Amino acid sequence: MRYMMLIYSQENDAVTPDDMQAVAAAHGALMEEARRRGILCAADPLQASSTATVLRLQDGDALITDGPYAETKEQLAGYYILDCKDLDEALAWAAKIPTACAGIAGCIEVRPLREFPQRAPVNA
Amino acid sequence: MHDHRATVESVFRQESGRIIAGLIRVSRSFDLAEEAMQDAFAAAVINWQADGVPDNPAAWITATARRKLIDYARREQTRRNNENQVLYEYESRTCTIDEEMSRPFEDDRLSLIFTCCHPAINKQAQVALTLRTLGGLTTAEIARAFLLPESTLAQRLVRAQRKIQQARIPYQVPDAGALPERLSAVQAVLYLVFNEGYSATSGDNLVRRELCAEAIRLARTLLELMPQNPENMALLALMLLHDSRRDARSTADGQLLTLEEQDRSLWHQEQIVEGIAWVERALGRRNFGPYQMQAAIAAVHAEARTATETDWKQIAGLYVMLHRCQPSPVVSLNLAVAIAMSEGLERGLAMIDSLGAEGELDSYHLYHAARADLLRRMGRNREALESYQRGLALTTNAVELRYLRRRIAELAQAI
Repeated sequence: MRYMMLIYSQENDAVTPDDMQAVAAAHGALMEEARRRGILCAADPLQASSTATVLRLQDGDALITDGPYAETKEQLAGYYILDCKDLDEALAWAAKIPTACAGIAGCIEVRPLREFPQRAPVNA
Repeated sequence: MHDHRATVESVFRQESGRIIAGLIRVSRSFDLAEEAMQDAFAAAVINWQADGVPDNPAAWITATARRKLIDYARREQTRRNNENQVLYEYESRTCTIDEEMSRPFEDDRLSLIFTCCHPAINKQAQVALTLRTLGGLTTAEIARAFLLPESTLAQRLVRAQRKIQQARIPYQVPDAGALPERLSAVQAVLYLVFNEGYSATSGDNLVRRELCAEAIRLARTLLELMPQNPENMALLALMLLHDSRRDARSTADGQLLTLEEQDRSLWHQEQIVEGIAWVERALGRRNFGPYQMQAAIAAVHAEARTATETDWKQIAGLYVMLHRCQPSPVVSLNLAVAIAMSEGLERGLAMIDSLGAEGELDSYHLYHAARADLLRRMGRNREALESYQRGLALTTNAVELRYLRRRIAELAQAI
């Protein structure tokens, strides 16, 4: 079953290029490991939440506002989609995903993807 | 007539946890397993009347329930016309009920308890799910015990079962790496069930006592399944030792009595004997944990024939060890009380005051109650009264409110 791992972390202006590079390297290694095991479906980092735009349909009209959707301390920063046998395996992978930004730990929300019967799951 | 019904009920009481655990393994569904088990027990009431009680009633129920599962799967297949795991696995193999009964009767209860107490499930739902499946309590019984509307509890159960299915929480014993942490989550759930019954703040007393009895039964099951674990032994011991005081710890009108005030002849000796035996076995493993320390403390209290004979020095030592494996301000507070009782009230009070200065305990009502208690013993009644009153202002629990009011009234008279 595919699980989406949503990475939430605190956006911090104090991030140095060195920090960025270290985090990117850690993600790169993890993605490589998941790819080697044949379970990596997708993984991407997102641009900062200040780049987000929210669109809401109201009476058929698109109402566009400056984002993000929710003004929370921790913001969605990226995601992985991994094909795991069960939640415990997914949680074990999630535990390896770096969430810290400039030393402040974030968190990962793990959610199963809804599989539709007509669409065969990846690597089934 | 009545005998068969009673037999069915006793089989349910004794074996339903094991039966449902096996059925969940087969059906991969809490819902279907429960439905099948209920149908099988209903069939037993009728069948055993006619044919007599089978030699192994639990195996008969399991076999019948498995056949029910296959029936459901067939029904489902004709409706949806797609593959079904249960049918797939069992159709070819299942013939007569005798053959079904001759299959090895595996024990899946450990998988069940780890699944019910999975940290991905909300804590209250873990408790409800454990009591419902492993304990065999009805939704109505659990709701009554936790003073919740039945619909709230039912919804909580449905949501948890749906999450197990949809997020695919595995039905298995966690691997060695995750086991210690997951086991302590299981122990915490069982202890929570016990405390819910034991701290009896309100509600039906009988239901509360049954909750304690159920927690003890579940702790026995956990120990039976993981018999080498000293914390499992200690958890059972801790529950037995606390439960042994159930008839002594309050007056007929619901006044809480302290250990010192309790009539120790009302303590249930058979539980004390068993509890102490488990504490000793656990400690013999030399692999200490927080339940062992708490159970050992309860054992020291249980061994004292009168309150004055209490070995406070040993209790203080045990609190030091408890603090080492599970540091908390509340443990420090209890240590200070033990020091006061063993090395002198002044010393204990000084410790309490320095704990209070750290600030964390200032809003904790039992901190003020403990401080008041020491001042009272020292004859500093006015200061004691003040501390009791501070504690009172912070208390919401009805039983504790009454206890503090009693103390205040006694002191007010003495001044």
